Amino acid sequence: MSVAVGSSIAAAAPAATPAIRMRGLRKRFGEVVALDGLDLDVPVGSVFGLLGPNGAGKTTAIRLLTALARPTGGSVRLFGVAAGEVVRAGRVGYLPQEPRFYDWIHGRELLDLVARLHGLADRHERTERVAAALRDAELAAAADRAVGTYSGGMRQRLGIAQALLHDPDLLVLDEPVSSLDPAGRREVLRIVAGLRGRVTVLLSTHVLSDVERVCDRVAILDRGRLVAEGELERLLADHATTAFRLEPEPGQGAAVAALENALGGQSWARRVERAGEAGEALLVVTDDPGAGVAILRLALEAGVAPAAFAHVRPTLEDVFLDLVGHPVPEDLDGRGFVRPRTERDA
Amino acid sequence: MSAAARATGDGVLVGLRSLLAKELHEQWRTLRLPILVVVFLIIGFGSPVLARFTPELVRTLAGDQFTISLPPPTAADAVDQLLKNGTQFGILVAILLAMGSVATERERGTAALLLVGPASRTAFLVAKLAVLALTLALAVAGAVATAWLYTAILFTTPSPAGFAGAGILLWLELLVFTALTFLGSTISRSVLAAAGLGFALLIVLGVLSAIPTVGAVIPTGLAGTARTVALGLPEPDWRPVAGAIVLVVAVVGASIAVFEREEL
Repeated sequence: MSVAVGSSIAAAAPAATPAIRMRGLRKRFGEVVALDGLDLDVPVGSVFGLLGPNGAGKTTAIRLLTALARPTGGSVRLFGVAAGEVVRAGRVGYLPQEPRFYDWIHGRELLDLVARLHGLADRHERTERVAAALRDAELAAAADRAVGTYSGGMRQRLGIAQALLHDPDLLVLDEPVSSLDPAGRREVLRIVAGLRGRVTVLLSTHVLSDVERVCDRVAILDRGRLVAEGELERLLADHATTAFRLEPEPGQGAAVAALENALGGQSWARRVERAGEAGEALLVVTDDPGAGVAILRLALEAGVAPAAFAHVRPTLEDVFLDLVGHPVPEDLDGRGFVRPRTERDA
Repeated sequence: MSAAARATGDGVLVGLRSLLAKELHEQWRTLRLPILVVVFLIIGFGSPVLARFTPELVRTLAGDQFTISLPPPTAADAVDQLLKNGTQFGILVAILLAMGSVATERERGTAALLLVGPASRTAFLVAKLAVLALTLALAVAGAVATAWLYTAILFTTPSPAGFAGAGILLWLELLVFTALTFLGSTISRSVLAAAGLGFALLIVLGVLSAIPTVGAVIPTGLAGTARTVALGLPEPDWRPVAGAIVLVVAVVGASIAVFEREEL
C-alpha cells in the first residue's frame, strides 16, 4: 500500500515544536481519574507508540488530542496550536478503536464523503484519490458493497484509508491492529512504518511486539500517569534487565543443579531461574552486562557442558514489567490475539 | 490539499452540504423515505374513503336490530380523518425517526469519525434535522395531495390552498415532536431514552394543553388550526403556530448548544 502524504509538516511549525505537546493533562470522569497530569511530547515525523494496560488512559489521551473530549485540566497542543484548531483545519487523521461505519454506505461512498468533508471539491481529483485509496487498502473489489457486509479486517483497512485520505500531518491510530489477522496486522504495520519521517503517527496499542516493530519512540502509561517515555532503544537500555540463558546438553541434571547453586551465591546475579520446557535451562538475570564470561566459567567449573548460551536481548515487555509492575495479560486485546512468546516466556 | 481547500463551508456550518447529501442518501438507502411516503399516501387515500363509507359500514355492521342515524358524511369529515390519522401516526413516526439520529451515531462512533476534521458539530446536527424535516414534509405533502384528490372525488372539491395550509400545519406539529425527540437523542446516550423523552414530552404537552391560558399556545392545538384552514373557516387560531415555531427554534438551539459541548 503506497500512501501519498502531505508536505505541510515543515511549514506547520518550527522544527523544535513537537507534533503533540501535552502539559499537565488531566481528565476525570466523576471520581475516576483517567489521566493524571500527563506531560508528553511527540516529535514531528516520529512513529510514536502509546503503550499501557487497559484503563491506563491511552484512549482518553487520544480523545483529548482529537478534540472529541475536553480536558479537566492542562492542555494539548498540536504543532504549537490548540488541538481543536488543528483538528478543524483537517490536519489530523483518526482511526478510532474498533471503527464502525454506516452499514448502508458503500466503501467508495464513505471515502468520497470523507474527502468532501475535508474540502476536496474537485470531483475528478476526488474520484481518483478515492480509487487509489481503495486500491491501496485492497478494497477495490468491495468498493461498491455496503460496509455492513465487510469483515472486521476490511473495516479496519477502510478506517485506515479514510484516516490517510486527506494527507494529514498527524495520524492518530487507536488500537489499529486489534481486529486484524497476522497478515493484515503485518500490512498495517508496514504502512505505518512507511509513514515515518513524513507523517507523525501516534499509535496506541497493547501489543508490545507491534510497538517494537514500528515505533521509534514509546510512552508507557499506567493508571493515567506517564511512567516512561523516550526512544525505544534508550528505554530498553535504561529499564530492561540483562539476562543470560544457558541451555545444557541433556542428562546433566546434577551438574546443572550445582551450577544453579553457585550462580545463586554470586553478588552480580539478581535472580537465577529455571527455563525451558522441562526446566532444564537456566536464566540468569543480572545488572552486569559482562557477566557472561563469569557464568561460562562457573558452568565449566560445575562440569556443565553448554549446548547453547545466549545474551537475552531485553524486550519492551521487560521494561513494561519493570515499570508497570504487573504483566501484560496473555490475551492482550480481549479478542484472542496472543502476544508472541519472548525469551522471557521460555 | 491546501488549508483553504479544506474548508467546505463557512463558520459554524462547515461541511453542511456534504452532510446534507449524506443524510438524504441515508434516508433513501435505508428505505425510510420511500416507506414513509408510501405509508402517508395510504393515510391520504384512506382518510376520505373512511369518512365517506363509515356511516354505511356502521349501518351494515349494526344489521336490522339497531337503527343508527348518522348525518351524511361531508368533506369536513374527510379533513378530520386526515388530521386525526396524520397526527397520531405522524407523531409516532416523528419520534421513531428522530430517536436514534444522534444517539446511534454517538454510540457507534460514526459521529466521532466524521467530526475529527473540518465539519462542524452544528452542521452535523442541522443536516440531520433538515433531512428529517424534509422527509416528513415529503410524506405529509403526499398524504395531503392524495387526501385532496379523494376528497374531491368522493365529496366536493376542497380549496387546494386550504389543504396545502393544513398540510404545512400538520408538518409543523410533527416537526415539534421530531425536534423534542432529537433533543432527547442529543442529550442521552441511548436510543430508548431518547424515545422515552419524546413520549414523555408528548404527555407533558397533552397535559399543558388542558390548562386554559397555556393550552392556547401549545402545539397540540395545531390540528384545530389546520382544520379551520383546510375548510376555509373564518378566524383560525394562530397561537399554536407561534407556540410551535418558538418551541422548535428553542429546542433546536438547545440541541446545538448541548452537542457543541458534548464529549463524543
